[in-house]
Amino acid sequence: MSILVSKQSRVIIQGFTGQHATFHAEDAIKAGTNVVGGVTPGKGGTTHLGLPVFDTVAEAVRHTGADVSGIFVPPAFAADAVMEATDAGIRVIVVIADGVPVQDMVREQRYKLGREAIVIGPNTPGIITPGECKVGIMPSHIYKPGRIGVVSRSGTLNYEAVEQMAALGLGQSTSVGIGGDPINGTDFVAVLKEFAQDPDTDAIVMIGEIGGPQEVAAARWAKENMQKPVIGFVAGVSAPSGRRMGHAGAIIAGESDTANAKMNAMEELGLYVARNPAHIGQTVMRALEENGLKR
Amino acid sequence: MNIHEYQAKDLLKSYGVPVPVGGAAYSDAQAAAVAEEIGGDQWVVKAQIHAGGRGKAGGVRVASSIDEVREVADVLLGSRLVTHQTGPGGSLIQRVLIEQASQIKKEYYLGLVIDRACQRITLIASSEGGVDIEEVAKNTPEKIIRETVDPALGLLDFQCRKVTCAVGLTGKLMPQAVRLMKRVYRCFRDKDALQAEINPLAIVGDDKLLAVDAKMSFDDNALYRQNLINEMRDLSEEDPKEVDASGHGLNYIALDGNIGCIVNGAGLAMATMDAITLHGGRPANFLDVGGGASPEKVTNACRIVLQDGNVKAILVNIFAGINRCDWIARGLIQAMRSLNIKVPLIVRLAGTNVEEGREILHTAELSFVTAENLDDAAAKVVAAVSAARGKAA
Repeated sequence: MSILVSKQSRVIIQGFTGQHATFHAEDAIKAGTNVVGGVTPGKGGTTHLGLPVFDTVAEAVRHTGADVSGIFVPPAFAADAVMEATDAGIRVIVVIADGVPVQDMVREQRYKLGREAIVIGPNTPGIITPGECKVGIMPSHIYKPGRIGVVSRSGTLNYEAVEQMAALGLGQSTSVGIGGDPINGTDFVAVLKEFAQDPDTDAIVMIGEIGGPQEVAAARWAKENMQKPVIGFVAGVSAPSGRRMGHAGAIIAGESDTANAKMNAMEELGLYVARNPAHIGQTVMRALEENGLKR
Repeated sequence: MNIHEYQAKDLLKSYGVPVPVGGAAYSDAQAAAVAEEIGGDQWVVKAQIHAGGRGKAGGVRVASSIDEVREVADVLLGSRLVTHQTGPGGSLIQRVLIEQASQIKKEYYLGLVIDRACQRITLIASSEGGVDIEEVAKNTPEKIIRETVDPALGLLDFQCRKVTCAVGLTGKLMPQAVRLMKRVYRCFRDKDALQAEINPLAIVGDDKLLAVDAKMSFDDNALYRQNLINEMRDLSEEDPKEVDASGHGLNYIALDGNIGCIVNGAGLAMATMDAITLHGGRPANFLDVGGGASPEKVTNACRIVLQDGNVKAILVNIFAGINRCDWIARGLIQAMRSLNIKVPLIVRLAGTNVEEGREILHTAELSFVTAENLDDAAAKVVAAVSAARGKAA
């Protein structure tokens, strides 16, 4: 088991025939992903990587039964592609693009209301259930099957946490990058809810950063609703206020946006907190031991 | 991206928002000419820099004659204004805005933001205008009125009426205020703004509403479809190193420490700075080389980091996903040779092609210090700075 994507997922790639999409589709297939086709408007009826290409997501769904889409179109077209996938009934939509205008996401999130889709991203490395399914651009070889759920805003910090866990012999049930933008299709709370229900996830690592209210909202939700231990880290203790630190969403606009304020709140709400980014792995280990989950 | 007050006012005016009569000037003579042209008997001369807090810092002055306008403009132009947002060095004043002085009866606050909690545009208003809104929010939160906009419908009339009543803009002022709010919203939406602030929104002389100050910022990611906004960009307001870096696809932010950082990914870059801080060091910058960094990009990163004379050591921390450690290693060697780097360079590589990358560094016979992991890297770079200080003393 896992969350959101698994061996059963039938994946299409939007923007399939592009250079990056091709590279990452090949890598995903190598990592065990069941890629069933792709969409490039104007190239419907052709094949790419031995798989069918469609003009629209609706056609792709009709012919392949796809339920997951990886979107590799440029930022300017990303929100439209997400809405197309939503309209076509895709269940999990992963949007990689870094640089999607924020008001496009405001409209996309409005469009999604009342519809089923789960949108991961934008500005995310994607989602991976090791050995089963990868939709994204992360280096799949560093992820190993295991029982820790990972959710992060940052991509490379997700890799960092995974490597620290690997050094301790810990693998992942699923790892989700929710993205570094101010508006995420899916937030920490939504991913925690999925992990809470997954019988094969023992503990969850939640990696946040400066800016926005969602780390604390997720910690509050976890305190009220979760039995499984949650290990938190927030990047940017040393970041100055008022500056956008690389990610569009990583900006301190008020006291509650700071890394220390968020980690303090997480601690007060009963999470395990790694105050040092180099100690994420060992904090996970401590949480497992204290909860009798070490296997 | 930020713009100047006079640019924000021109933009709002084009949407029908009432703003004071005025114009920008780049010299004292031009300032006097603008004052002459707009007429009146009292003028406000306002320093145009992107940072806030200009009033308290002496950047906004009243003049009662054309000669005084000229004198004040002469004093302001070319001087550096230090506000609580500029840092101790201040910002160079290169232009001033000359406006007719307004007879202000009462001041309000009006703002629009992208509200991350509800993922929509939210209008914020208050009866407490002309002061720091953060302070109002902290001390008298009940005086902050918020109204969230459904993007499918836009800001509706009744929402504006709710807000105007709540802040006390009633009677004859209500229809004016409703019109004004809808116009500011339309401008915000059309131009991909991230933030708009009219503080104060004032009732002046003959019971007219007037946007006496205006501040707007815009979404960098939407500039490709906002030519008008793009043309308003004032590069002289930005750190030249940051402009240089963005020209090479690098994200650089100058800080005040002495350890240069070169990292891939914003989250890891922040975490690297944090690790350095936890080991007692002080990062000199944030730098994200992004994905698919070529050797040239890495060399440029080293060059930009070293433009900061305070840098005593550099930490390179790469966790390659779509990057390749072998390319990073080649870039570092190229940088070492072409830039003649004298400061210690600590390198931590992980991820894609890590073995090749380490091998390339090893065989180059240059004085790299390699690190096993993030903790090790932070400890080594802080130690290198201490050792350098020891030598200097």
